[in-house]
Amino acid sequence: MNFSELFKLSGLLGRFSPDGKCLASCVQHRLVVRDASSLHIRQLYTCLDQIQHIEWSSDSLFILCAMYKRGIVQVWSLEQPDWHCKIDEGSAGLVASCWSPDGRHILNTTEFHLRITVWSLCTKSVSYIKYPKACQQGVAFTKDGRYVAVAERRDCKDFISIFVCSNWQLLRHFETETQDLFGIEWAPNGCVLAAWDTCLEYKVLLYSLDGRLLSSYRAYEWPLGVKSIAWSPSSQFLAIGSFDEKVRILNHVTWKIITELDHPATISSEKTIVYKEVEKSPTVDTERLSFPPTRALASSLFSTQSKYDISQVPVSLQYVKPVADRANPKVGVGMLAFSADNCFLATKNDNIPNAVWIWDIRKLKLSVVLEQLCTIQYFQWDPCQPRLAVCTGTSRVYLWSPAGCIVVQVPGEGDFQIMSLSWHSSGDSMLLLNKDHFCVCYLETEEV
Amino acid sequence: MGDWKTITVPVLSSDSKIILPYTSERKRSPTSMSSQVLHLSLPSSKNMHSFFSAFCTEENLEQRVSYIDRELTTLGFPSIYAESKGKELNLVTIINCINELLILQHKNLRAQEEVEMQHLKLGSDMDHLQNCYAKVKEQLEFSKREIVGLQERDRQLQSKNRNLHQLLKNEKDEVQKLQNIISSRATQYNHDMKRKEREYNKLKERLHQLVMNKKDKKLAMEVLNYVGRADGKRGAWRTDKTEARNEEEMYKVLLSDYEQRQKQLLLENAELKKVLQQMKKDIISLLPPQKQKPKERSEDGLVLSDQEEDIGELNKENMWELSCETVREQLTNSIRKQWRMLKNHVEKLDNQVSRGHSGALNEKDVISREDHELETERLELEIQQCKEMIKTQQQLLQQQLTCDDDTTLLLQDCYLLEEKERLQEEWRLFREQKKNFEKERKSFTEAAIRLGLERKAFEEDRGTWLKHQFLSMTADCKSECVTTPSAFLRGKYFWFKLCSDSDILLVRSASQQRKAPSAFSPTVSPEPCQISQYITQNSVASEKPAADTMPNLWVENDDKEETE
Repeated sequence: MNFSELFKLSGLLGRFSPDGKCLASCVQHRLVVRDASSLHIRQLYTCLDQIQHIEWSSDSLFILCAMYKRGIVQVWSLEQPDWHCKIDEGSAGLVASCWSPDGRHILNTTEFHLRITVWSLCTKSVSYIKYPKACQQGVAFTKDGRYVAVAERRDCKDFISIFVCSNWQLLRHFETETQDLFGIEWAPNGCVLAAWDTCLEYKVLLYSLDGRLLSSYRAYEWPLGVKSIAWSPSSQFLAIGSFDEKVRILNHVTWKIITELDHPATISSEKTIVYKEVEKSPTVDTERLSFPPTRALASSLFSTQSKYDISQVPVSLQYVKPVADRANPKVGVGMLAFSADNCFLATKNDNIPNAVWIWDIRKLKLSVVLEQLCTIQYFQWDPCQPRLAVCTGTSRVYLWSPAGCIVVQVPGEGDFQIMSLSWHSSGDSMLLLNKDHFCVCYLETEEV
Repeated sequence: MGDWKTITVPVLSSDSKIILPYTSERKRSPTSMSSQVLHLSLPSSKNMHSFFSAFCTEENLEQRVSYIDRELTTLGFPSIYAESKGKELNLVTIINCINELLILQHKNLRAQEEVEMQHLKLGSDMDHLQNCYAKVKEQLEFSKREIVGLQERDRQLQSKNRNLHQLLKNEKDEVQKLQNIISSRATQYNHDMKRKEREYNKLKERLHQLVMNKKDKKLAMEVLNYVGRADGKRGAWRTDKTEARNEEEMYKVLLSDYEQRQKQLLLENAELKKVLQQMKKDIISLLPPQKQKPKERSEDGLVLSDQEEDIGELNKENMWELSCETVREQLTNSIRKQWRMLKNHVEKLDNQVSRGHSGALNEKDVISREDHELETERLELEIQQCKEMIKTQQQLLQQQLTCDDDTTLLLQDCYLLEEKERLQEEWRLFREQKKNFEKERKSFTEAAIRLGLERKAFEEDRGTWLKHQFLSMTADCKSECVTTPSAFLRGKYFWFKLCSDSDILLVRSASQQRKAPSAFSPTVSPEPCQISQYITQNSVASEKPAADTMPNLWVENDDKEETE
């Protein structure tokens, strides 16, 4: 594995382009576009204010930079560096901004969710979507980019509107049976829309593309409900992670539950492999010690190395008791991700913040548990193979695949605390993000 | 008995001495009789002295004597006076009286002893009973106390139970109350939320109006030049036509998704059906036709015929294409049926194995440990062999199944042929045996007929012979009627014995006839001849009163019979 040097970054805004050729990062108000493999700077753009959000268009030709404080969105072109576009929302304010799937429209959500304005880069037309819902995932595009579902709320009732992205025509508009719609997500096949209610009410509704309610699922009534949802890449399964530390998987044929995956603090099954990260003290060659000590030596002395050990079952994981009287408690399954080949599901139980649970979907059993030393910050599956990259806020990146798992220390001086990571679309390289820097890790194809 | 005075009386003759101690004893209390007994036998001289003059003195001697006499007479003793005349005492009577009194005394003493013994016994019995009573009373007290204690405990436990029930009820009520509170609060919150939301919406509307009214010039998009669309087409107006086209496209998308899913499901179904078919064939192969019991064979035969039908039907209909209800049901039902049969079969095998094992176990007491272990090893080996055989059979059948249906049909035909041949063989044997039995029966009936005829002839012979004999005997009798009465009698006895004997003979021969049909004819004929021989012998010797010879004759005859 090769690591690039550290580059400056702000706001964890580093993105690979969808075609994988470029890497965009921003430093304060500057947008730097680099080549993905060589990391040479290709373009440099300057925006009017500190950038809060960047997004590549789907054809990798444009980048939008949103500055929420000033309510401005600036769009830059890679082909024509001189081309510029600025969208000013003015006093309406700006809360969120995103591309449409065709890469020619920008959807801006104004402050207080008053409306969503659809700005077109091709024509002068502007469309408005009224009464958008202020929820976590209110706008969902289908994978093929044909339709968009927008969550709305009128008269204290939730609605979903489905628009055709090509001409922004309303296709369907229907009311949902939720108390307070929290999020919507399309299945990868674009035919089923999952909508789920706020955590005070456990309810997951499944709507067909034409607005019919296919099924409604409710696991229990009073305790806190859905925390996270993920579709499997084949659209066969819908995984629902809830506050009761369980993941329930529904199947696409009957929309009924096929299994409940529990996350107990003690793992006693003999078929589960538990990888525990242990620190290993660095070996110091006392003969080679020199005075004054070189920087490299100093850093290597004080940086802790670690490796994976296989723990014997039964293993009891570190359990954090949640504070009872706070809202949005750190309980339940907060992170869910299916692997690209539909064989594995990675979950994180917020009660047990140091562990990543990897489930084998073919057997519907717990296959591996990765127990780290620090709290899991983020994990992401490789878009090509069943390989999971995990970061815990340390300067190490952890990779797991069915063949095994390794710990890779990011070389370099000082602490590089990885807060987030992002795979390249080819699966050959990975972007590691820190609040001040980023670096690119290149994986050799034979490894792991 | 009158009062006795303590008067000192001078020492008198010996007879009065004897009386005195007796009197002195009377004065003592009756309860202390036991101590008196000892004293009586050895009267001390002192006592005698003191009481000596008590009763009788020289002055009142006659009075006393008469008194004594009166007393004795009242007691039933004879008078001590000699002939009740004067004052002369009859010494003899006196002595007798004394003796009687002594005897009486002894008797009384014995009675007293007995009474005292009984008294002691009763006393000890009473003591014993009193002890028992005391103990029982104690036990009763103890049990009563225990009962009280247990009742107390029971009461406490019941009260505790009631308390716990009450607590449980309270907790349940509280839970219910809390749930009600939660739901009421939830509705209240919802209501409040809705109210606040409405207010918020109003604010938003107001804000929206204000924002829109402001006519912010900045609210615009500045773009250097418009970019072409990604797909190169030009933007279109939104019309009804486009709407319809949108709908159409949406439905197309949905339909294509459904079609894809249906294809997948069809593929899955086909695969599963294939697997079920395979399973069915495997199960059929596992139900082995090598069982000896004809019942099972017929079962398998039936099964096979059933299966043949099913396979034929399903193959005919080309079931991969069809997925109709009846075909599916048929398939699943037939598999279930076979699975059950296979299960029964396996269970039977299990039972057999276990019985074999338990059979070995029953003899465990008798046979040694090594033998038992050997037995179990042998059984295990057998099971292993059987399993291997089943496996190889299965494999062979599977191999056969890969080839076309004709060969399988042929094989099944071969099995049927084998069975047919075996049946025919058995039929043949059965017919042979039937023939043999017929023959024997015929010969038996013939023999019976012959025997009947011969018996009839024998009877006739006997009748004629007896007639002659009788006639001859009566002729003899006329000449020697007095001298040989016994001869007539003899003859009668002869006749009777002959009849009974011939009956016995006939019976014997009949029994012999049953045993050895082939040896029937020779035995019958010599017997009557032999009898007739002896009879003629006897008739010759009938002149002498041969009472002795008769038993001899019969003994001989008996011997002869026995030797036969």
